Amino acid sequence: MTTRRELLLLSATALVARPAGAQAATLRIGEINSYSTIPQFTIPYRMGWQLAVEEANAAGGLLGRKVEVISRDDAGKPDDAIRLATELVSNEKVALLAGTFLSNVGLAVAEFALRNKVMFVAAEPLTDAMVWEKGNRYTFRLRPSTFMQSAMLVEEAARLPGKRWAIVAPNYEYGQSAVASFKALLKARRPDVEFVAEQWPALGKLEAAGTVQALIAARPDAIFNVTFGADLPRLVREGNLRGLFPRVPVVSLLSGEPEYLDVLKDETPKGWIVTGYPWDQIATPEHAKFFNAYYKRYNDTPRLGSVVGYSTFTAIFDAVRKAKSTDTEKMIAALRGLTFSTPFGPATFRALDHQSTMGAYVGKLDQRGGKGTMVDWRYADGRNYLPADAQVKSRRPAEAMK
Amino acid sequence: MDLILGQFLAGLSFGSTLFLVSAGLTLIFGVTRVVNFAHGALYMLGAYFALTFTTALPTTPLGFFGGVLLAAMVVGAAGVIVEFIVLRRIYSAPEIFQLLATFGVALIIQDLVLAVWGPEEQFAPRAPGLKGAIQIGTAFVPEYNLLMTVVGPLMFGALWWLFHRTRWGTIVRAATQDREMASALGVNERLLFTSVFALGAALAGLAGALQIPRETVNLQMDLTILVEAFVVVVVGGLGSITGAFWASLVIGVLHAFGIWLLPQSTLVLVFVVMAAVLIVRPYGLLGRPEVATHVAGGLTQPPFRVATVRERVLAGTLIAAVAVLPLLLGDYALVIATEMAILALFAASLQFFMGHGGLVSFGHAAYFGLGAYAAALVAKSIGAPLAVALVAAPLAAALAALVASFFVLRAHGVYASMLTLAFAQILWSIAVQWVDVTGGDNGILGVWPPTASRLAYYLLTLGTVAASLLLLRRAALAPFGYALRASRDAPERAEALGIDVRRVRWTAFVAGAAFAGLAGALQAFQKGAVFPNALSIPISVDGLVMVLLGGLQTLSGPIVGAVAYHGLSTELIRHTEYWRALLGVVIVLLVIVFPQGIVGFVRARASRSR
Repeated sequence: MTTRRELLLLSATALVARPAGAQAATLRIGEINSYSTIPQFTIPYRMGWQLAVEEANAAGGLLGRKVEVISRDDAGKPDDAIRLATELVSNEKVALLAGTFLSNVGLAVAEFALRNKVMFVAAEPLTDAMVWEKGNRYTFRLRPSTFMQSAMLVEEAARLPGKRWAIVAPNYEYGQSAVASFKALLKARRPDVEFVAEQWPALGKLEAAGTVQALIAARPDAIFNVTFGADLPRLVREGNLRGLFPRVPVVSLLSGEPEYLDVLKDETPKGWIVTGYPWDQIATPEHAKFFNAYYKRYNDTPRLGSVVGYSTFTAIFDAVRKAKSTDTEKMIAALRGLTFSTPFGPATFRALDHQSTMGAYVGKLDQRGGKGTMVDWRYADGRNYLPADAQVKSRRPAEAMK
Repeated sequence: MDLILGQFLAGLSFGSTLFLVSAGLTLIFGVTRVVNFAHGALYMLGAYFALTFTTALPTTPLGFFGGVLLAAMVVGAAGVIVEFIVLRRIYSAPEIFQLLATFGVALIIQDLVLAVWGPEEQFAPRAPGLKGAIQIGTAFVPEYNLLMTVVGPLMFGALWWLFHRTRWGTIVRAATQDREMASALGVNERLLFTSVFALGAALAGLAGALQIPRETVNLQMDLTILVEAFVVVVVGGLGSITGAFWASLVIGVLHAFGIWLLPQSTLVLVFVVMAAVLIVRPYGLLGRPEVATHVAGGLTQPPFRVATVRERVLAGTLIAAVAVLPLLLGDYALVIATEMAILALFAASLQFFMGHGGLVSFGHAAYFGLGAYAAALVAKSIGAPLAVALVAAPLAAALAALVASFFVLRAHGVYASMLTLAFAQILWSIAVQWVDVTGGDNGILGVWPPTASRLAYYLLTLGTVAASLLLLRRAALAPFGYALRASRDAPERAEALGIDVRRVRWTAFVAGAAFAGLAGALQAFQKGAVFPNALSIPISVDGLVMVLLGGLQTLSGPIVGAVAYHGLSTELIRHTEYWRALLGVVIVLLVIVFPQGIVGFVRARASRSR
């Protein structure tokens, strides 16, 4: 494991060490993310994009220029993100913006992009509104949305015999969006299910004993979980102790990502049906290539954040190469319909709604040697989990599709 | 039945934790009159130390609880260091300075923890010997939770014994009742304060250390617990350990049932309880009216005076220069300059009733945020033009202040301040949870001024702010301002002179809120968006820091403070990883070295050299 100090040093040098005199010649990309509030995801994410930038620069840069990324910490606050976006665009003269983790921050930057006519490639925010209800022609999104990941999980959830479902989700855009999609999709497949309890803890403030007691009180046959970060371990340990898990089957968004399994260790709840990233078991050549490069560079294994950071920036680089320019309109034209390679295999940015077709791995949680891992997994390609075009068109503003 | 019992036990174990944290807080306040904002940070420190110690020690019950106690003692020692370096120097300063100093200390501790333990959250293993659960009826209750439910009452018993059966405890109680009398009778105040602070810090550390088998240890845990602990202390009555005990249990249990029966209520429940208790009992469950403590000298201010012609010309030139300056700078500088102007108005509106009226508000963000939301809502929902929004915002804020003043102005001192905080927190949780109207955490986006030119908007802001500041200044120099300051310094005398003290204070409070609302509206259009952050505690604290940085008892202080603070914080965030610690150091130095603020300092130097 690379120590944290090395990482900080590394990122510091990457931020500070701008080649002297090369400023005019570099191709600048602005990057904003919640480094101080969601470090377990965003620090591997930063290592991922730094690897992509180093590879691009080692290969001679883009359009004959070195790539330089100016990175900022939004501290998880949408208003700070807006100010930093202004600073990056008007002071640092970046060609485009990328990044963000939290859905509300992502939406705020997307709105900024629309207002200021700057391209924005959202890396992680998962809310459906990013590309649909509040989508705009300047905003693209890499990761599979809450709709797509819910659709992947609903396939499995519909096979569970139970009819009484309970829900626990963080009370903000991401949680609300995931629950809305999950409910609609599950109801469509299984009209007989009913939702008997909903717990909406504020993000990061889940009070485990009371929440788990309340879930038990509803006597559900199955639970859909959307909590993550600091809330998830509390929920899991309390649920394990109180006999809620593994008695009641759980379908859970994102919990198979190494970021969260790293924390759970021997508390990992076996049998949860999750989306995630079984990094230790994927044998495709694309993944092996990425894995080896990453391990060689950092002496650490990649997390999902690493894949997201790496893929976001390789997609941006491909778009710039295709556009042969950093003109916003030309880059948008290039990114629409662009097929690019990711460690998970090829993916395409759909011209219709700017959503990439990058998928996720669906499987079950298990433990091996006191650590969490995924078993019985498969890769769910994002293109198979998107609604019909007509439905997308009805949810996306007409302006965004011009 | 089992379910009710299970929920009840969950509430008791939460209440136990709350009690451990708030016992230390109330103890420290009772004796030293310091509202310790660093208490949450000490709690967090306890958790991190416990994590390190229990990992290093053998995983036996003895190793685990040994590690926990060791962590509590280390945090107690950290408390001694804080008391020795910072608090000792400012006991005689107004309580707002102590509060800010401890806030600075909290920022420093946060970054120290970040530097030592790293940003990743950590999850300790289950407590050795207490890994299982006990079946009660059909419900399972974790053994560790049962332990936690008894730790609170046990600690309460131990503290009761300490305060009623030992000499030290008797002295502490005496000092809580009347600090000056205790001192006059020969009690060594310094030693007493240091030992009390150490005990309080150790209790916070213990609470944090005991949480590690139940919680992930992370950098956000300090603020989460701090606000709840404050509520407990106020509900129980400041300085009363018994009050804190009962308040913790009541709030813990209500919280658990709130989660079960009304899951959306949890963010706001504790504040509603606090407001309800304070309406019935203005000093909390078991609190007593504060003994009026004589504040040591240095606070009498020279009277304000009207600006000379030369000063007016200077101010006019300055405004003109500020209006022209951004023409030379880029777009981003314009954004920062606009924000500075807005914050100057926000700080001045706070200073208006805090500096002149003596009411310290911990929740001034309520009116700032409300103004922002009101402006955004009228602009978005009925498409009202900018001018209408700029009128609607201060009206909405003033209306809210009218409601709040009914509660706040009846209370005194720290109780009044806590009520302002409660009011802001209630508005904040409404903004977060009433998704249909406020958009929840997404906020309201797309609130743009009619002009896309940042320069035009800057000039509009500058004009509005300058006019408002002149108005506030005029009011402070008018008979109204004199009446307000008289009501602050000697309410009885003011009353005897025929000043309607209540009405004067009330007017100042509502006017301050209205100007804060105006600042909020300007901010909404500047960002093009409003988010619940606008109502949050950090905004209120920013306001306090800006006012004190500039100088509490000066008229131009808020402007200087806002410019200096905003410039400093935005630059620090951009260029350093450890900006919190730097900011903390600046605040602590400010309080210790420049208690009169930048403007006060400059003025003192100028009058000395004259």
